[in-house]
Amino acid sequence: MQLLQVEKLTKNFGGLTAVSGVDFHVNRGEIMGLIGPNGAGKTTLFNLISGTYVPNAGKIVFNGESIGGLKPNYICRKGLVRTFQTVKIFPEMTVFQNVLMGALFGSEGKTWPEANAETGEILDFTGLTPLSDTPAGSLTLVNQKRVEVARALAAKPRLLLLDEMMAGLNPAEVAESMELVTRIRDRGITIIMIEHVMKAIMNICKRIIVLHHGKKITEGTPAEISTNKTVIEIYLGEEEQAHAGS
Amino acid sequence: MKLKTDAKNVSYLVIIILILAFLVAVPFISKPYTVILLKNILMFVALTLSWALFSGPTGYISLATAAFYGAGIYTAAYLGDVLPLPVMVLCGGVASFLLALIIGAITLRLRGIYFAIFTLSSVELIKHVLHWIEITVLGKRGRPVVKVSDSTVFYVILIIVVLLLVTTYFLKRSRYGMAMSSIGSCEEAAAHIGVNVVRVKVFTFALSSFFIGLTGAIMATGLIYIDSQIAFDLNYSFFPTLMATFGGLGNIFGPVIGAVLFSYLREILITKFPYVYMLIFGLVMILTILYLPNGIIGLAQTIKVKFLGGKDATATGRKVN
Amino acid sequence: MISFINIFVNGLLLGGIYAITAVGLSMQYGVARILNIAHGEFIMVGAFLTWMLHTSLGINPLFCLALVGPILFLLGYLVRHYLFKTLRERTPSPAAFEGNSMLMAFGLLFVIQSLAIFIWGKSIVGYSFMPYSVYLGEIRFAANRLVIMVAAVAICFLFYLFLTRTRTGKAIRAASQDSDAAALMGVDINRMLTLCFALGALMAGFAGVLVSMDVKLNATMGMEYTIIAIIVIVLGGLGSIPGSLVGGFLLGIFGSIVSGIEPGLTLAAYYLLFMVLLLVKPSGIFGR
Repeated sequence: MQLLQVEKLTKNFGGLTAVSGVDFHVNRGEIMGLIGPNGAGKTTLFNLISGTYVPNAGKIVFNGESIGGLKPNYICRKGLVRTFQTVKIFPEMTVFQNVLMGALFGSEGKTWPEANAETGEILDFTGLTPLSDTPAGSLTLVNQKRVEVARALAAKPRLLLLDEMMAGLNPAEVAESMELVTRIRDRGITIIMIEHVMKAIMNICKRIIVLHHGKKITEGTPAEISTNKTVIEIYLGEEEQAHAGS
Repeated sequence: MKLKTDAKNVSYLVIIILILAFLVAVPFISKPYTVILLKNILMFVALTLSWALFSGPTGYISLATAAFYGAGIYTAAYLGDVLPLPVMVLCGGVASFLLALIIGAITLRLRGIYFAIFTLSSVELIKHVLHWIEITVLGKRGRPVVKVSDSTVFYVILIIVVLLLVTTYFLKRSRYGMAMSSIGSCEEAAAHIGVNVVRVKVFTFALSSFFIGLTGAIMATGLIYIDSQIAFDLNYSFFPTLMATFGGLGNIFGPVIGAVLFSYLREILITKFPYVYMLIFGLVMILTILYLPNGIIGLAQTIKVKFLGGKDATATGRKVN
Repeated sequence: MISFINIFVNGLLLGGIYAITAVGLSMQYGVARILNIAHGEFIMVGAFLTWMLHTSLGINPLFCLALVGPILFLLGYLVRHYLFKTLRERTPSPAAFEGNSMLMAFGLLFVIQSLAIFIWGKSIVGYSFMPYSVYLGEIRFAANRLVIMVAAVAICFLFYLFLTRTRTGKAIRAASQDSDAAALMGVDINRMLTLCFALGALMAGFAGVLVSMDVKLNATMGMEYTIIAIIVIVLGGLGSIPGSLVGGFLLGIFGSIVSGIEPGLTLAAYYLLFMVLLLVKPSGIFGR
């Protein structure tokens, strides 16, 4: 039932503890939200799970296998794929080639024709087919983010980590992205998403965990989170600081 | 469209085969001087293509070419009179390949100019240690190298260049080539999409060094005597880098054109006006970096697009990770 | 004991030269993001100018500081204004600028070196300056090296005061630490970067003058000084003048110890030290 278990995960940078003793799990087929103020350690958590960083302590078990400290390329091939907060596409390559990269390298033993066919299917699924031959670097932000998601999908993930997929998008684009995320889940792919767009996260996530100063504060359904006192205080505090600062 | 590309490819292939046929005939139809001239030009073509094989797609500027070239030279000096020529040349390639595996493995974490200066230092480190060993441990400096006829050297280098062209061509079109370009484009994304960046980088680096080693081993036979200063000359790191940059890394012909133009200029000037050559070389480099970010090839493509309205502007700029 | 002290003292004397060799490059890379591989060429030019002024006009080498420095400053100003500034405007990303500016500096290296050979030839030249020793108790100092070290430390100190106490100096440091913020504060970043590069060249000029008092000169000597400068920067930290001093002295003492054990391996040891340092502090090596 559980696809990912994280136990007592900790990461220090010099004297700073970015993630401290975080425990959580993700069930197969759910969309889980990860929220928290800036600097709460959300992206660091993604970096640990996806293999960018090696944890200082704790366990990451994916699909029954311990993956903590493995290199990103191995983790990807086990079916755990991520996107980045600041878009990381291959700007010189076309949209097709970007997605093809995922199909070719994301899982083992695929022939070119198979990878090509799969790329075509993913481009259709994400609505990118018309842009297929455009260099990815010349696209708008929303389309670049879409290319990144498409590339991740081509790698055949069981678990997809989406890092602020909706940041910087206008309301119409956010609505499209929300719809895309649900359709991805309907393909049988489990999702963890970091998001600041509350409307999105409250609507499509079944469960949400809240990070603050590198620690997990609480977890629960959107309804529970939106009425949780500590969470409200954290966010109110952040707003007050923002006001005081401006 | 497909037919048109095929026709274009066939015509390129015909041109290449004609040039190769001419080169094969050169030792029979021309003066010895021409053979020597072409041999030296081909040597730079081989070094520049080898350099571009790794540094072109990945964007890592390697300045260790002289180390691998020198490893080839030293292999020839030690094995030249023991082994038959083809085996000896192959050994030179293998020696450089192994050296590159070591250097590649320890420089994995270095990016951008750190990689460049590390590789540069590796040349100097090897040079000085070798020099010290020769003076204090072996008690004599340098070694003679077995002499081979110019036309033999010429043919061996020609074979190396053909091998390089074929390797580069097929690598570019392979899954592996995609992996190399993805590293140059965005290494972090490449790793997270399943590319084994460590293996691809180190192996490509070693493969490119293999060809540099082959070239060093065969060129050594024309030197008669070598020592660490001759074998590990930093110019062999600088020239291929600059020649490839001048030619352009957008496609396979860029490094070839850069190497041919500059090494021809070198051959004309080096004996009588060596410093005029250096001056021109430096000036052209500065102007290239300033005004031709994609080299001669990029310029040619820009002109083509401007005047013919073609759609071939796929050249990519120099990249540094 | 005496020999140990001698090694130490020798290291300190050497360290002065190393420090002033590095200060200029430290500024150029630390502030203007240009790893000027031709830095040693600037030093070489400074050294040859001093040699010319001293042997043909009989000017005291120390006085040459005042003559050679401004010439190199001007050279550096022109190079940054006409070459690197243009490159910066034409290069899309800072990372690409670092790589391209290094390649362009290689071009510059070839140009300066070949011009130097046209002007001064390929032979080794030099003059002798205070060729005697002074003693402090049992410890022997080469007089010229002592002068060099004192001058080097004094120049570094004055340069440090300039950077920390004057308005212009503070603007340069602001430009290096946070260009965006500095621009908002009304600092003309581009002018500061040019000034900073020119000051780096000025320091190279001073280093050249001092170097010429001790060693024989030839037109291809530059590369060695560039490498030494890079090593010192790695040791001492980027863009910091006290750092260059500390790094210079550390490398001087290190070199002195190694040559006490096995003179033939001094340069090899420098390179080895440098490569190990690069690996141990991989990403933030230059203090970024």
